[in-house]
Amino acid sequence: MIVETPVRDLDDVQAGGQAPPAASPVRIEDRQRASVVVPAATAASGTLDISDLNVFYGAFRAVKDTSLPIPARAVTAIIGPSGCGKSTFLRTLNRMHELTPGARVDGSISLDGVDIYGPDVDPVQLRRVVGMVFQRPNPFPTMSIYDNVAAGLRLTGRRSRSELDDVVERSLRRSALWDEVRDKLRQPGTSLSGGQQQRLCIARALAVDPEVILMDEPASALDPIATLRIEELIAELRETYTIVIVTHNMQQASRVSDRTAFFTMGPDRAGYLVEVDDTVKIFTNPREQLTEDYISGRFG
Amino acid sequence: MAVVVAARPSIAARLTGVGVGRRRAAVDVAMRGLALVAALLCVVPLAAVLFFVATRGAPALSLDLITKPPRALGIGGGAANALLGTLQMVPLAALMAVPVGILGAVYVAEFGDRRAAGVIRFCADVLVGVPSILVGIFVFTFLVLPFKQFNAFAGSVALAIIMLPVVMRTTEESLHLVPNALREASLALGVPYWRTVVSVVIRTGLPGILTGSMLAFARAMGETAPLLFTTLGSRLINVGDFGQPMDSLPLFIYVNARQPVNALNDQAWGVAFLLLVIVLVINVAVRARTWGRRIG
Amino acid sequence: MTTLQGTGPSARRFGQAASRIPDVAFRSLSGTLAWVVVAALGLLASLLLLDGSQALSTFGLSFLTGTTWDPIAGVYGALPFIVGTLGSSLIALLLGAPIGLLTAIFLAELAPRRIAVPLTFVIELLAAIPSVVYGLWGVFVLGPFLQSTVEAWIVGTLGWIPIFAGPPFGMGLFAAGVILTLMILPTIVAIARDVITSVPDAQREAMLALGATRWETITRSVLPYARSGIIGAIILGLGRALGETMAVTMVIGNRPEIPHSVFDSSQTIASQIATTFNEAGIGLQTSSLIALGLVLLVITMSLNVVARLLVWQVAGPSSGRR
Repeated sequence: MIVETPVRDLDDVQAGGQAPPAASPVRIEDRQRASVVVPAATAASGTLDISDLNVFYGAFRAVKDTSLPIPARAVTAIIGPSGCGKSTFLRTLNRMHELTPGARVDGSISLDGVDIYGPDVDPVQLRRVVGMVFQRPNPFPTMSIYDNVAAGLRLTGRRSRSELDDVVERSLRRSALWDEVRDKLRQPGTSLSGGQQQRLCIARALAVDPEVILMDEPASALDPIATLRIEELIAELRETYTIVIVTHNMQQASRVSDRTAFFTMGPDRAGYLVEVDDTVKIFTNPREQLTEDYISGRFG
Repeated sequence: MAVVVAARPSIAARLTGVGVGRRRAAVDVAMRGLALVAALLCVVPLAAVLFFVATRGAPALSLDLITKPPRALGIGGGAANALLGTLQMVPLAALMAVPVGILGAVYVAEFGDRRAAGVIRFCADVLVGVPSILVGIFVFTFLVLPFKQFNAFAGSVALAIIMLPVVMRTTEESLHLVPNALREASLALGVPYWRTVVSVVIRTGLPGILTGSMLAFARAMGETAPLLFTTLGSRLINVGDFGQPMDSLPLFIYVNARQPVNALNDQAWGVAFLLLVIVLVINVAVRARTWGRRIG
Repeated sequence: MTTLQGTGPSARRFGQAASRIPDVAFRSLSGTLAWVVVAALGLLASLLLLDGSQALSTFGLSFLTGTTWDPIAGVYGALPFIVGTLGSSLIALLLGAPIGLLTAIFLAELAPRRIAVPLTFVIELLAAIPSVVYGLWGVFVLGPFLQSTVEAWIVGTLGWIPIFAGPPFGMGLFAAGVILTLMILPTIVAIARDVITSVPDAQREAMLALGATRWETITRSVLPYARSGIIGAIILGLGRALGETMAVTMVIGNRPEIPHSVFDSSQTIASQIATTFNEAGIGLQTSSLIALGLVLLVITMSLNVVARLLVWQVAGPSSGRR
């Protein structure tokens, strides 16, 4: 039985024999509860490296001169006041910002050494490797729970029923939703509660087998109990995926993340990175006064 | 069982090695191209109609066409009867439809309870969709049949019924755009509600109301079917006698396009050119002011 | 609001009395006028029913199924016109729905604003052209053009199929269908565009983030979300085609018989009324024509009601009034 090891889309398996890249050192301070996920026997890949990033909307600079490494198989939280370009920054990591007319990026972002803005990278393909979960749960209302999860797989051609069944079950198990929906896979995705919908959206993102998962305030529309389940889920997913989460909730950042990046906005309204460090350090002993002010609530 | 590790390609391979499947990328490009072609296809008929109406209509346009009625017998003369008829019947229709439409919309937007407003709004929407020829029959049964006389007044009423729901719905929409703060500011000054509505709400919504009324006016100018059994049409110039038949520009086009005589067909083209210019000028003038705002 | 005015108790009472009368008068005047539109619709339907009842009671159901319309024999069957109406509208729908939907997709999803805005404007102008001008153009330009090109080609290649059999007249069901296509396109495009625009961005992003192309996002996420509104837009277009009179009357050939080929001359309900109502003798013939109108009213009204409800469901009651 193949369990817990992400299986690639058959379409994507071209360089089948290629060896996985050497493991990059991943520093995880394991404050999270022990995971039930059997770690995949693969190298830790999925390291993002952002350097000198500037993001523009037309003439307006939304993000300024930001450089930041994002380690693989860890949770990096992005915090900062609203309007500081957190979401914009997140969207540049899978090129979703390109949907906004006039948006443009300077600098470079690489994923395992590959420049994701390079001429040979297709944004459509990139988004299968760098998945995304949004602020409000957005299941497809015309699709069943099953079809929601299978939506991404169906994009790349026909698949056998049993293959789809496998992936749907595995993804729903990983998003801790399987036990709640296993008997009603044919019901519409919108029939679930808000928290369940969000886990469904996570399952949908997992089904295409990403390496990186971007989460844009994934729990801000949910009640505390549903929020807790999402946070537990993030702790489990961290074993397998690189996770970048934008949150306005500092407690949440301190609970779920290994690393925290603090963004703020300059007088020109352009957001920039103040500092990035281990979460414990940011929340206990930050280097920058700005960070400390924000953490301790002294920010305007 | 063995864990399938070998099946994992590197991220670099996933990012650069495969790309979107060639078929998927091709479908994407092809269908987006097809959508562009469809959009262009929508423009072709407009261009074709404008081109032919201009090239065949402009030469047929003459002073005679707009100053003389058709000759009593035979071929010749002009379309002054039609022009004058349209210029009488449509304004009379507007005089009936516009006040009723505006006040009705005020009721729906400002006073009416939700259910009444819903019923009225729904009926207005359905009335827009009623084929205009049925409006013609409807007016025929109560303004022509009892008097056994086709008359221009019946024509105006038929046009008014067509204009009414258009005026009403556009007015209502522009009243909804008036911010509540304005109403409250006026009421807080002690201005009675009806005066607030007239001098603040309607005045603020006036551009939108005018737009709707002008578009309804332009539409009524081009209507033919509701006039066939009401005002009937006439070869004589009729000024002011709404108890008798009158001609109209679209009726003139319809009648003359069906004659097997080139000179009369040419007259139809000339009148079509005149009508199209008037209608399009009204439309462009009115819409150009608002199009940027409405599309967004 | 009356309590807001005046200063002392007497002033307030005076203010109330003085302002309430015109308020009430204004309210009842506008209320009465608002119901005019309801009354007009109700009267229209009941008068058609009343005046068509003679024909309906004479022929019963066979009015709908009868294939003969013969004023001399006094036999009136509506089937030829029902077939002509449905046939010409079906052609318009088959051509107009895909073109209109693709155009709406282009305007709402693909075109940059500086192209979408003027294009939308131009397509709205298409709706402003009077029906009779389309008819004139149809008679002298489109009909002959179709006869020598498209119709000739179809007859040449598909002529062995009975409904595509020649000869191509230029004036007939097919020309009427093409003219109707042009006339319903603005309706379909405008409403479908509204409906597509109202689909939340979250739905697009969800699909794009799964690694879908733009087109896949449109077909798998946007269109399913908007489907009932799009169907509504197409039905509204169909409603307009069914009731359209002048342009069709001028190009359809006006032959009150069931067409056997799409190129046959034919007659729709509306065009039959337009061409024969004034010459009809008062009595059974007029009543039969009014009964024809009643059939048309029932069809278009029910389509309209269904379509509006569908569009409201997606885009809210303020959209889709064109």
